[in-house]
Amino acid sequence: MNIPENLKYTDTHEWVRTEGDAAVIGISDFAQRELGDIVYVEVPEVGGDVSPDEPLGSVESVKAVSEVRCPLNGTVEGVNEALEDQPELLNSDPYGEGWIAKIALSDPSQLDGLMDSAAYAAYVAEQDS
Amino acid sequence: MRYLPASEEDIRHMLAAAGLERVEDLFSSIPPDLRAKDLDSPDGLSELELARRFLSRSRRNVSSTCRPCFLGAGAYAHHIPSPVDHVLLRTEFYTAYTPYQPETSQGTLQSIYEFQTMMADLTGMDYANASLYDGASATAEAALMAWRARKGGRILVARSLHPAYREVLATYVRHLGIDIVEIPFGTDGRLDLDALGEDTCDGASALLVGQPNFFGIVEDPAAIAERLPGKKPPLLTAVVSEALSLAALRAPGSAGADIVAGDARSFGLPLGYGGPYLGFIASKKPFLRQLPGRICGETTDTEGRRGYVLTLSTREQHIRREKATSNICTNQGLCMLAATVYLSLTGRRGLAELARQNLSKAEYLKERLVEKGCEPVFTGPTFNEFAVRPRNRDGVSQALRDANILGGYDLANAYPELEGAILLAATELVSRSDCDRLADILGGAS
Repeated sequence: MNIPENLKYTDTHEWVRTEGDAAVIGISDFAQRELGDIVYVEVPEVGGDVSPDEPLGSVESVKAVSEVRCPLNGTVEGVNEALEDQPELLNSDPYGEGWIAKIALSDPSQLDGLMDSAAYAAYVAEQDS
Repeated sequence: MRYLPASEEDIRHMLAAAGLERVEDLFSSIPPDLRAKDLDSPDGLSELELARRFLSRSRRNVSSTCRPCFLGAGAYAHHIPSPVDHVLLRTEFYTAYTPYQPETSQGTLQSIYEFQTMMADLTGMDYANASLYDGASATAEAALMAWRARKGGRILVARSLHPAYREVLATYVRHLGIDIVEIPFGTDGRLDLDALGEDTCDGASALLVGQPNFFGIVEDPAAIAERLPGKKPPLLTAVVSEALSLAALRAPGSAGADIVAGDARSFGLPLGYGGPYLGFIASKKPFLRQLPGRICGETTDTEGRRGYVLTLSTREQHIRREKATSNICTNQGLCMLAATVYLSLTGRRGLAELARQNLSKAEYLKERLVEKGCEPVFTGPTFNEFAVRPRNRDGVSQALRDANILGGYDLANAYPELEGAILLAATELVSRSDCDRLADILGGAS
C-alpha cells in the first residue's frame, strides 16, 4: 500500500498536496485498488466553487461509481484533462499523473483538519480488518 | 423454468405481513370510479359461447385496418409487412427478455445494437439508446437529460408540440421544481423565432420542438439553432412522433439538434388502441453519459470474437440509485425488435419511397380540399399531415361514418383558438379516391 509521506489524506480516501495557496487532489492507492479498473472520471468545471458539501466529481469502474469529495473550500483552478482519454492513470499513478483537480483555497487552515500519512495508514489498516 | 403459483396459505401469510385483509385491499389507491365494474358476462359460458359473445361486440369497432384513416395526431397508420410478425413470433425472440447475461443473450443484444445504429443514422446523432416506453415519456426524458447536462435551468417547449407529450413532460417535472415555458407558433405554423429572446433563453437548459410538430408543420431546426443566443444555449431537442418523416426531412442532427427523441411506432407496429408504442432517444457525443435507459455496445470476448453487451451501466439506477439518469430499467424489447425487422425489410430506398408516397398523398389531399373551398390553417411546409378548415361543417361526422372513412382530429380539443380546424394525415394506406371522397365531404359536395 502506497501512502506518500508528503501528502495529507481524508477519511473518504482522497489525497491533498499543497502548492502555495493551492491544493492538488486525487484518490489514494487504497481507493483505486478498491474500485478496480477505472473507465471514466467526471472532473469539475474550471472556475466552479467547491466545498466539502458537494461532490467534486466522480470515478467510475465498470460496475461502480464513487464520488470524489473535496475536503476544502475553494475554486477550481485546473483539472487533469489527460483523464478524459486515459482514466486508467488513476490506477497506474494515483498520486502523480492521476491527479484530478487543482483548487485555489479560500481557507488554507482547513488543511490542518486532514490526516497525515501515519494517521491515514492507521485508518486504512482499520478498514482492511 | 417452472411456474410456482402462490398457495392460499402463502397469500394469507403475505396479506398478514402487509397488514391487509383481502387481495382487493392492495388496489385501494385506485379511485372507485376508475375500477372496472360488472363485465356484463354471465357465469358458466362455454369457451365457444364466450368467444362468440365478445366477437360480436368487437365487430362494432371500426379500425384503420378496415377503412381509410385520415387520423394522425401522433399515431399514423402504416402498412406492416407480414415478415415482421413472423420474426417476432419466433419463441426465441418472443419469450426472451432482459439481456443481463450477455453470454446467453447475443441474439437480443445484436438486435438492440442494430436498432441503435439505425436510429442514430436516421436522426443524424452519434448515439441512440435501446428504446424507451413511448414518444411522450421519451420527450420528458430528453428534457431531463438536457436539464442535467446544463446543470439546471428552465425548459422551453414549443406550444406546437404534441399536447399529450407536453402533459407528460409537466407530470415528470412537477416535483422537481423546473419551470416550463411555452414558446408560441406563428401564422406559418412554425416556432415563433422572435419569442426566443435573450431573457427567455438565458439560463434555459432545453428547447423542445416537434419535427414535424403537432400541426404536421416541418420546422427549420437550423434557423432555430442559429437564433439560440449565448455560449451555453439551451440544448435543441427535436421531438419526432412520425418516425417516417426521418426518411424525408433533413436529419435533425445535421440541422443543429443536440438531442432527438420521439416515437418509432411507425416502423412496423400497429396502432393497437393506443399502445404499446416505441420511444426512442438519441444524442450527440458530449451528452452520451446523460442518456437514460439501456445502451448496448459492441465488444470482443476473451477469444477475440465480436460480441454485444449492455454498457455504460453506471448511468443507471441499479448502480447510481437516485443520481441515475433515469429510473427506467428496461426497453421496449419486442416493439424495438419489430422496428428493427421493419427497417431492415424496408431498407433505405424503401423508406425513402414510403416517405415520398406519404408526402405526395398529403399534398394531393391538400390540393383537392383547397379546390373544394377548404382553407389550410398555416402557410408552412408539411409532411404527411396538415391542419385545414373545412368549408362544410354540418353533419360531417355522420357523412364520414356513412362513407366509411375515419376522419381527422378536431384541433379545438387542444387549441381553443383553432376552433373549426381539423388535423388530417394521409399515409401510403389511403388511395386517391379516398382523398377525393374526403374532400367532397369536407368541401360540401354539391
